[in-house]
Amino acid sequence: MSSALPDKMPDARPDETSSDQQPADATVVLGGQEISRALTRIAHEILERNKGGSDVVLLGIPTRGLPLARRLAAKLAAVEPTLQAADLVGSLDVTMYRDDLAHHPTRTIGSTDLPGDGLDGKVVVLVDDVLFSGRTIRAALDAISDLGRPRAVQLAALVDRGHRELPIRADFVGKNLPTSTHERVRVLLEETDGRDAVLIEGGAR
Amino acid sequence: MKHLLSAADLSHKQAVRILDTAGQMAATQAREIKKLPTLRGRTVVNLFFEDSTRTRISFETAAKRLSADVINFSAKGSSVSKGESLKDTALTLQAMGADAVVIRHHASGAPHTLAHSGWTHGAVVNAGDGMHQHPTQALLDAYTLRRHLTGAGDPSGRDLAGLRVAIVGDVLHSRVARSNVQLLHTLGADVTLVAPPTLVPVGVDAWPAEVSYDLDAAIDTKPDAIMMLRVQRERMSSAGGGFFPSPLEYTRNYGLDARRLAAMPEHAIVLHPGPMNRGLEISAEAADSPRAVIVEQVANGVAVRMAVLYLLLSGSGATTETNETKVDA
Repeated sequence: MSSALPDKMPDARPDETSSDQQPADATVVLGGQEISRALTRIAHEILERNKGGSDVVLLGIPTRGLPLARRLAAKLAAVEPTLQAADLVGSLDVTMYRDDLAHHPTRTIGSTDLPGDGLDGKVVVLVDDVLFSGRTIRAALDAISDLGRPRAVQLAALVDRGHRELPIRADFVGKNLPTSTHERVRVLLEETDGRDAVLIEGGAR
Repeated sequence: MKHLLSAADLSHKQAVRILDTAGQMAATQAREIKKLPTLRGRTVVNLFFEDSTRTRISFETAAKRLSADVINFSAKGSSVSKGESLKDTALTLQAMGADAVVIRHHASGAPHTLAHSGWTHGAVVNAGDGMHQHPTQALLDAYTLRRHLTGAGDPSGRDLAGLRVAIVGDVLHSRVARSNVQLLHTLGADVTLVAPPTLVPVGVDAWPAEVSYDLDAAIDTKPDAIMMLRVQRERMSSAGGGFFPSPLEYTRNYGLDARRLAAMPEHAIVLHPGPMNRGLEISAEAADSPRAVIVEQVANGVAVRMAVLYLLLSGSGATTETNETKVDA
């Protein structure tokens, strides 16, 4: 699991993370330390922006948004001892709301789990690994509106690689990463891939 | 998977994938807003040449919950009663742009003909053909068994390995029994068929199942679930059609009553595909007992059919095999 890149999710996010092996030209842009620091900063920004974390719900978008949401929740709970990490996190699967279902092989549906009291009146922070076209977030906004009526929805992404196709922006960004469209950005996480790293591959030449 | 024609066509992996997808679909059906936009703009035709209540309503509900347009077609009151052939009916539906055709037909093999004739380009789902197959019923039975009998927690990814299921009654006429024997075997369960010798089909020794003629003996082997089949009186000439001496004798030997229910293991559940003949193959006490999951089977049917329609219709038509791994935990 640790040496080569595992092919756990061959088609989870074809536009961002689909190749099976690490090509020779992959560049590591963030390591484990930097990812951790970025998440710590985002956690503080979330608390600052929302004046505490009492109404905050972190919804991770499977696959890699979910472990990121769990880590953020742990960091929020570490800063504000009144918060319980487990009560802050949910997962939001957007597969059935995507606009490109007919253009890809059939996707496996992930699970949607909301924390105890639902979303009504809460501040939902969507958590995803890479923000790219914005279409995943568009689907997530549709999914949320079927699940409840949050007071506000905010967006946290570990990496913003640009090339938006919709009027969507992130409220909290781990790192802005200017890329060209034929490059691939891959986020690897301990929980799903055995190690923490953000890679850029392809492109360059 | 382009069509769903027979439970025998499903591999272990495909079957588990359908059940896992059905689990996610079922979760969405507990919400206040049950409708999903997934199949918006797709058209599903329900082509029913034979009477049906729950299967047709179940497919219709499933398609509508996924936002597909549904066209219901029943042979009664259509041009079929004027003598139109299956081919011409199918060509008409093709001209109207059906993306999926859900077909129930009294002739075994009609869905297969429809799928392989080139009359329609859509996906074909067998909703019961003659005495042949009823794969979505077997899938919803497997889903129900998995939910109740494979232990606590999220059953995703599990199969039915080691479970022992008795299928009791009119096996001869039952497409439900045929589909279940194949699917439950694929998923690792041990199946015992219990029926009077006259209602056991020729060639049953080739099926991956045991056969018993004695219901009490079968219950003594402590099955995890017992599936009662309907006595299909419409396929028999008179009351017993010569298959058994009298309904009363059938009930005494093969009916599930309070006494047999009490003899079953504590954890065992009772299934019935419906519609039930109360007092014939199942008594009211058994049908209404908390161990009967018959009503839940109907609810699970919607989730399973949503999963089947999703898996058949949502992709680009490219192979789905590359995406078999489970998403997250």
